Amino acid sequence: MGNSITQTIQTVPLNHYILLSAIIFSIGVTGVLIRRNAIVVFMSVELMLNAVNLLLTAFSVYKGDASGQVFVFFVMALAAAEVAVGLAIIVMIYRNTHSTDINVLSRLKW
Amino acid sequence: MSTFYFIAFLSIFFSLLVIFAKNPVHSVLYLILTFFTFTIHYILLNAQFLAVVNFIVYMGAIMVLFLFVMMLLNLNKETEPGKHYLAKLAGVIAGGCLLVTLVGSLKAYKVSAPVVLQDPGLGLVKNLGKVLFSEFLLPFEISSVLLLSAMVGAVLLAKKEPKATA
Repeated sequence: MGNSITQTIQTVPLNHYILLSAIIFSIGVTGVLIRRNAIVVFMSVELMLNAVNLLLTAFSVYKGDASGQVFVFFVMALAAAEVAVGLAIIVMIYRNTHSTDINVLSRLKW
Repeated sequence: MSTFYFIAFLSIFFSLLVIFAKNPVHSVLYLILTFFTFTIHYILLNAQFLAVVNFIVYMGAIMVLFLFVMMLLNLNKETEPGKHYLAKLAGVIAGGCLLVTLVGSLKAYKVSAPVVLQDPGLGLVKNLGKVLFSEFLLPFEISSVLLLSAMVGAVLLAKKEPKATA
């Protein structure tokens, strides 16, 4: 089991991990830009966080250093906190405006 | 090797579906599938602890939170008024430009050594626990404060305000 897994990743170049993470991060950025539903925007942010997590893990395995994986653990803790507070804010906004459209929040910029 | 490329394709496919699905509930379901493919990536990298944590925290807790809020707000229908066509196009172009920039800087970095797992026990709970509780003990304690404050903040924000003070 352990041997077969290490043989599986042995032939994947590091650049392909970077490429995959870059693509998924860009998809997340695009999602933030093109959607108007605040919850979908949040999900795109989660996509970006996960792309970075995967890349940190790949670098950690590449360098043989466990610090990268510990950092991923912290990112996950932060993502959980962020989602809890963010969704509470969305619920409050919905209670006040009856919509989760981010355009109704444009007056925040004044 | 081919396993990685197949799973990578699935990751990209499902994450595209997340941002292009019309119904927000479908978006959440596709996001769960995307996170599942990420879990497989972690297993392929032999990061077993992260695979389990990703499975439980992301696919379990965070996605349930998303679905709860969506059902609570009754968003399980296509209520989103479409953004203007030009704004969408501009967003896609901006995202594409970012991707081109990232890939271009990747091309400048010529070296592409294969990812080799030198130490099979790297991503196991035992090894990570030793690092976490020796080198990163202070950040770990601070993150507990972060989670506590996030919990208090979420409860305060989502609480219905009493009518008397309003």
